[in-house]
Amino acid sequence: MLDYALPRFKVLRDEALCVKCGVCERSCANEVHRSDGASGKFAANHVACVNCQRCVVMCPVRALAIANWPQVDCGSTNWTLGYMQDIAKQSQTGGVLLASMGSTQPLPIYWDHLLLNASQVTNPSIDPLREPMETRVFLGSRPSALKVNERERTVITEMPPQIKLDVPLMFSAMSFGSVSLNAQKALAMAAEKLGTFFNTGEGGLHRELERYGEHAIVQVASGRFGVDAHYLNAGAMIEIKIGQGAKPGIGGHLPGEKISGEVSRTRMIPQGTDAISPAPHHDIYSIEDLKQLIFSLKEATLYRKPVAVKIAAVHNAAAIASGMARAGADVIVVDGFRGGTGAAPKRIRDSVGIPIELALAAIDQRLRDEGIRSTVSVVAGGSIRSSADIVRAVALGADAAYIASAALIAMGCHQCQDCSRGRCNWGIATQDPRLTKRLNPEEGAERVVNLVRAWNHEIQEMMGGMGINAIDSLRGNRLMLRGVGINEKELDILGVKHAGE
Amino acid sequence: MPKTAIREGDVRIPSGCAIAGIMDRSGVRHDGGDILRSIELMHDRSNGLGGGFAAYGIYPEYRELYAFHVMYETHEARVATEAYLDVYFMSEKQERIPTEPVPSIKNPPDVWRYFVAPHPMRMNMSGLDESEYVMRHVFHINSQIEGAFVASSGKDMGAFKGVGYPEDIGEFYRIGDYRAWAWTAHGRFPTNTPGWWGGAHPFTLLNWSVVHNGEISSYDANRRYVEQFGYDCELQTDTEVITYLFDLLCRRHGLSQELAARIMTAPSWDEIDRMPPDRAKFETDLRVTYSSALVNGPFSVILGSEEGLLAINDRLKLRALMVGEKGSMVYFASEQAAIEVVCPDAENIRPVEGGIPFVAQLDEVARRKGLAACENSPVLNPLAHEVGVQPKRREA
Repeated sequence: MLDYALPRFKVLRDEALCVKCGVCERSCANEVHRSDGASGKFAANHVACVNCQRCVVMCPVRALAIANWPQVDCGSTNWTLGYMQDIAKQSQTGGVLLASMGSTQPLPIYWDHLLLNASQVTNPSIDPLREPMETRVFLGSRPSALKVNERERTVITEMPPQIKLDVPLMFSAMSFGSVSLNAQKALAMAAEKLGTFFNTGEGGLHRELERYGEHAIVQVASGRFGVDAHYLNAGAMIEIKIGQGAKPGIGGHLPGEKISGEVSRTRMIPQGTDAISPAPHHDIYSIEDLKQLIFSLKEATLYRKPVAVKIAAVHNAAAIASGMARAGADVIVVDGFRGGTGAAPKRIRDSVGIPIELALAAIDQRLRDEGIRSTVSVVAGGSIRSSADIVRAVALGADAAYIASAALIAMGCHQCQDCSRGRCNWGIATQDPRLTKRLNPEEGAERVVNLVRAWNHEIQEMMGGMGINAIDSLRGNRLMLRGVGINEKELDILGVKHAGE
Repeated sequence: MPKTAIREGDVRIPSGCAIAGIMDRSGVRHDGGDILRSIELMHDRSNGLGGGFAAYGIYPEYRELYAFHVMYETHEARVATEAYLDVYFMSEKQERIPTEPVPSIKNPPDVWRYFVAPHPMRMNMSGLDESEYVMRHVFHINSQIEGAFVASSGKDMGAFKGVGYPEDIGEFYRIGDYRAWAWTAHGRFPTNTPGWWGGAHPFTLLNWSVVHNGEISSYDANRRYVEQFGYDCELQTDTEVITYLFDLLCRRHGLSQELAARIMTAPSWDEIDRMPPDRAKFETDLRVTYSSALVNGPFSVILGSEEGLLAINDRLKLRALMVGEKGSMVYFASEQAAIEVVCPDAENIRPVEGGIPFVAQLDEVARRKGLAACENSPVLNPLAHEVGVQPKRREA
């Protein structure tokens, strides 16, 4: 069959600059660059290029750049080149289209329509360089009132377990298997340095990461990979993953060739077998089943760890979140449809789920209408790109944010969206030892720490500008937000006024 | 005032202010002359768009009854309110509050007071306790009956407030004729016209009254926190939400006013990290549980109640508030001069410290509290779900 697929990218090489050192050839696991031997000239196999930009960054003389393939489409706004190429692929393979990282659809990004407030005249802004500016957050459930002995200054109410974050963000779930051990190690080290948490994802906790257990969130997903009592007790918090923003409603499939010895040991499955996460948890067909799982996990950890439940942002997220709180979840995690993934069917990634901003606003409001918002924590993730997004998320009602793509980008990810093929040139989404060694965990951790410290400074500056010196006073403080360029219904769901109001 | 003015409650109006408070801890009652002179001295801190007073101990002959001060903009509002009160309360006495014409006070509302007890049968059927019953009906009148506003609803206390300079409002209400063991006063500098008298301060609910200077930046976080528990932030003012926070923490959760104030101006994490472990746990548990009750931004507040007066300043001390004492008397004011003008030889004059409440209790209350149990019994939210605490197991 004739292959209809066109290259997506075109490698541009400035022959005048190229010194023919061959770094590009050695950098590319996709074998895009080829020396023709005799002349020493390099030719490019454009169709293999995924635009990971490794060669562009590595080229010592900056002779390389990647451009879009210059083919025009047919001129229809309906039959774009993208859709036609997808059909070309499927008509040849008969398969589901796979994609990685977040949705590429041009759907609304509400963060960009929410503007922040600042103090002028009637109250002073606060300078974080002069005054304390608190970004510490605790996650976990809490009683709605405390019984105390005021004379002895003791609390009589038994407090449920909490985890303490010094910065209002954590690293969201990325399993060993979908990312390399070095990538997980970098996040674990960064979490320890920053006083926050990384998440094991559903791939178990590698024994080398056990020493970061105090900064680990251990995930229990539908495949239950790597889950035993030791694992549950090794982390600081447990997260039950019901769904993921990039692929709500479906499970996962890690092909056997990615189940190396280490992955097999950590996931507790035989080497070389496919790791299949079912679409639902087969012990959770309803809310009362969730309650049983939550309390089994609490029993297994003697009620010493908070239990989070993560769902994808879907149409009925608010009601589901309220049910989760009533089922005993200590932390509600909601993941928006722009969130990333190692692999997801493209149609699911691009068509299922709703924006995190709307889901978060609806969940926070519903929990308040139910009178239970202050007894649980809410964490939002899926598409947080900057410190300002975190400030917006907290003002909409989140206690903290989850970031993943941003942390990977700090470590070198260039969002080529080709994670699923396991040939990540940056050593992140691969198990190939020749590639994973490209990611130095210490250096990766340093970049992530730098990023988060920079964001935290920015968060402090923005809070100070609003006249707020503790992030507690930003949470759910929607008066600090104004909408621009969005309609009345959107404003209504977000619970914010339009700019100028 | 333009007829089309947006009213307080339709919009949030930032304000600067003068506040003052005078209290005799021995419980002896004094007339309103001193508080009037104290607030008048700070004339320049307000702009003629709001002033008011709260007084405790003014109705000893009706001390068992709720004294409702109600402002009416129309006759119809009074008819509707009285019909409503007639259903849910039993009125012992009702009368127009005596007022004095003052040239600068234009178009005042019709102001009445009612000494009432909850209708016993209706209260029983409502399943609410007495305070909650009174509070719900006050909310109802304020939000549902157009042109009626309950300015105060406590026992043996009352609020006198309106649009004007505080000294003119005081003259209008003839506050020199009342005798109280505690007085607070407020002179307001709103950035916009509040549009009606209901927006003036002090804000009161049951026995609480709050005068406040500042603009809290945590307003919406605090509002959305208290709204979970049935409080209705109609006026969109800081004073209103601060009052509800005190009501929630003290009346419903049974915490002392001092601890409630401490929750609202919690110690910093830096400070907590330096405390011995037991103390740090106490403060951490309070901050974690009541994180949405933290009040942020510049404010100084004088809270009045049947126990006495309590003054707090924000954690960073971004607003002025002074305190002075003389014998059993305690004086608070935004400016020191406003204390000295009524008590030239006041002692221990000092600023109220940021985050450290100054409590002035009636001697009799302090004595009673000293003997009482120091554990609270919070009324828990019946909707609360199970939280992750290990269930108590029976011994085998």
